[in-house]
Order: sequence, then structure tokens, then C-alpha cells
Amino acid sequence: MERTTVDLWVGMFVVAGIAALVMLAMKVGNLGTYNVSETYQVHAYFSNIGGLKPKASIKSAGVLVGRVTDITLDTERYEAKVVMDLDKRYQFPKDTFANIMTSGLLGEQYIGLMPGGDEQMLKNGEQLKKTQSAMVLEEMIGKFLYSKADEPAK
Amino acid sequence: MPAVKAFKGIGHRVINAVWRIGVATRFFLLTLTHSGSGFRRFHLIIKELFSTGVMSLIIIMVAGLFVGMVLGLQGYETLKRYGSESALGSMVALSLVRELGPVVAALLFASRAGSAMTAEIGLMRATEQISAMEMMAVNPIARIVAPRFWAGVISMPLLAALFSAVGVFGGYLVGVVQIGVDEGSFWSQMQAAVDFREDILNGVIKSFVFGIVVTVIALFEGYDAPPTAEGVSGATTRTVVTSSLAILMLDFVLTAIMFRGN
Repeated sequence: MERTTVDLWVGMFVVAGIAALVMLAMKVGNLGTYNVSETYQVHAYFSNIGGLKPKASIKSAGVLVGRVTDITLDTERYEAKVVMDLDKRYQFPKDTFANIMTSGLLGEQYIGLMPGGDEQMLKNGEQLKKTQSAMVLEEMIGKFLYSKADEPAK
Repeated sequence: MPAVKAFKGIGHRVINAVWRIGVATRFFLLTLTHSGSGFRRFHLIIKELFSTGVMSLIIIMVAGLFVGMVLGLQGYETLKRYGSESALGSMVALSLVRELGPVVAALLFASRAGSAMTAEIGLMRATEQISAMEMMAVNPIARIVAPRFWAGVISMPLLAALFSAVGVFGGYLVGVVQIGVDEGSFWSQMQAAVDFREDILNGVIKSFVFGIVVTVIALFEGYDAPPTAEGVSGATTRTVVTSSLAILMLDFVLTAIMFRGN
């Protein structure tokens, strides 16, 4: 087949378009930073998850180690069941402490994992027993006001 | 009775519009069924890709750069009030990838390439080239319409991706290089906020749908244009107006389906 300059231009156009898509995926999107490599699944119960959403990040010592995959209300204990996928490269002890934290004062919420001292590691499908719920700003203000009111007047 | 006459006029226009929609749908299906032979003559699609895609490159990229730069400036001014300038990257990228990239690129595409398509086919009809083809037993839908349709559908997502990429670069230029937002937080917040499937892929789907709609409207208006100078100019205007409105309305519908605030 004969080749013309039009072919060259069209080829350059298509290559540039696909390069833009790849650049968007890698540099702008999160495809380059978090690839879903091998994961294992654990779950935890929280009495209040605050504003935690699916796909929220799970961090340990500030490093991203996984993502929240599912949040449901367990009607047997009336607590939120949070299912999370953790990277296989990172193993955690059985008594790891799961804590819902907020990045910044009003930022998005994530789960912070604080490893305990157990010798046995968490396996796929197991439960994180020790959890701490999200801090809800309204509750904190309420507590603060009550404690202020209880103080004896000077 | 003037009132009755006015009612008659409205009814006439509505019926006419519905009629045209029906004919346009049949035209679209006809184009799809005749696409097979269009793909066999692939050089025709290449030629059309050149005139619709490559020739729109400059306007798309310049527009993308400036839209990104404006987003950077405006976003900075607003975010500064809340002390969250570092979120500038995610704001620029999300608005470009989700909305502005597909929509503005499609609007530019409609006025740059769509109008040209309509005028070209309308003139072919007016100078009886289409009738001549039919006379030679060449199917004008397969020979003229189908290659242009596929060229438009292929080039629209590529153009929208280029628009978004150049726009992000424009936002980077203004936000990081000129104003001095921290470069690390600009990119990392962007990567944390933009999801590949949720945002980028949905943007590509949007631009794909816009590509189909714009090219079908442009081709149909050209094919259906009255064979006069006035008819062709009217058809060209209608292409730009109808496809712009269709893009904006479809964008709302698609956004409502895709991002239902979960």
C-alpha cells in the first residue's frame, strides 16, 4: 500500500491522542500510584464510621496499604461492617488497632492501622477486633459544652 | 382567526421536528449497516480523519491550554479563601476530565468539523454529485457518509483526551510555575482525587457519545439540506445550533447517570 503524508499526520494524531489518554491515566489519575496487586481481605466493626466512604484509603504509619471496599450495617450488632483490601506485601499482627482518622481538620476520612505485638499475622477473611470510631465534630463540641457547664462558677 | 393559526403553526413545527428525528434515526441506522464496506475502504476513513481530527488539533489544544490556565487562576482565587490551595490540582483535573474536556472539545468539534461536514455534503447534494453516484450504482451512504461518521467517532475521544491533558498542563503552568503552589501537593492531590474508571473512563465514554451525536447531526443536516445556497447555509447553522444543544443536554443526562453522588 502506498504511503502518503496524510497517513503520517493521521498516525501522529492517533498517537498523540492515545498518549494523552495514557498520560491522563498515569499522571492525573490513580492508575500509576495504586495498582491492584495481590490483596487480602479483612473486616472490622465500628460503632460509628463518620464520613468514611468506599475506596477510602487505609494507611499505616502514613503509608497507603489498602482501600476500603465495602461498608454495610450489620443488623445483628447494629454496627458498621467495613471490609478492606490490604496489599499482600504488608502483613499485620492479629491485634492491630484500626482507627478512623481525618486528614486535616475537615479533610477526607481514612483508616489508620496501628500494629500490635501479636506474633500471629492477620489472614484473609479475618477480623480486626480492636477499633476506634470516627470522631464526630458535633459530639466533641457537645461534650466540651457539657464539661464546661459542669464546672463550678467562679 | 390568528390564535388558531398560531396553534396550527406550533403543531406543524412539532410534527415536522418529530418527523425529522425519525428520518435522522433511519439515516443513522443506514449509516451503521453500510459501515462494513466503509471499513473495507479504510483509506477513505484515513482521509476524513485528517480533515476532521488533525485539522481540529490546533484549535483544540490552544483552547485546552487556555481553559486550563483560566481554571488554574480562578480555582486558586477561590481555594485561597479556604486555605486549601494545594487542592488546586485535583480541582483543575476533575473539572477538565469529567466535564470541560468532553463538552468543550465536542462544542469546538461541532463548530470546526461538523459545520464543514454539513457544508461539504450539502454542496455535494446541491451540485448533484450524490445523484451522479447513485446513477453509477455507488451507494453514497457507504462512500461518503460512513467514512466521515467513523472518522468523527474515532477522533472525538482522542481530541477530548488531548484537550484535558493540555488543560491540566495549562493549570500546572499557572498554578505551579506562575503562582507557586507546591508542585508535589499539586500532583499528589490530583492523583488522589482522580479515579481512572470513575472519572477518566467516564469522560471518554462521554466524548464517545458526543462524537456519535455531533457527526450524525452534521451528516444528516448535510444530506438532508435543500439543494440551494440558502439551504446549505441554513443546514450549516442548524448543525452547529442543534449539536451544541444536544451536547449540553446529553451532558446533563450522562452526568446524572454516571456521577450520582455516591
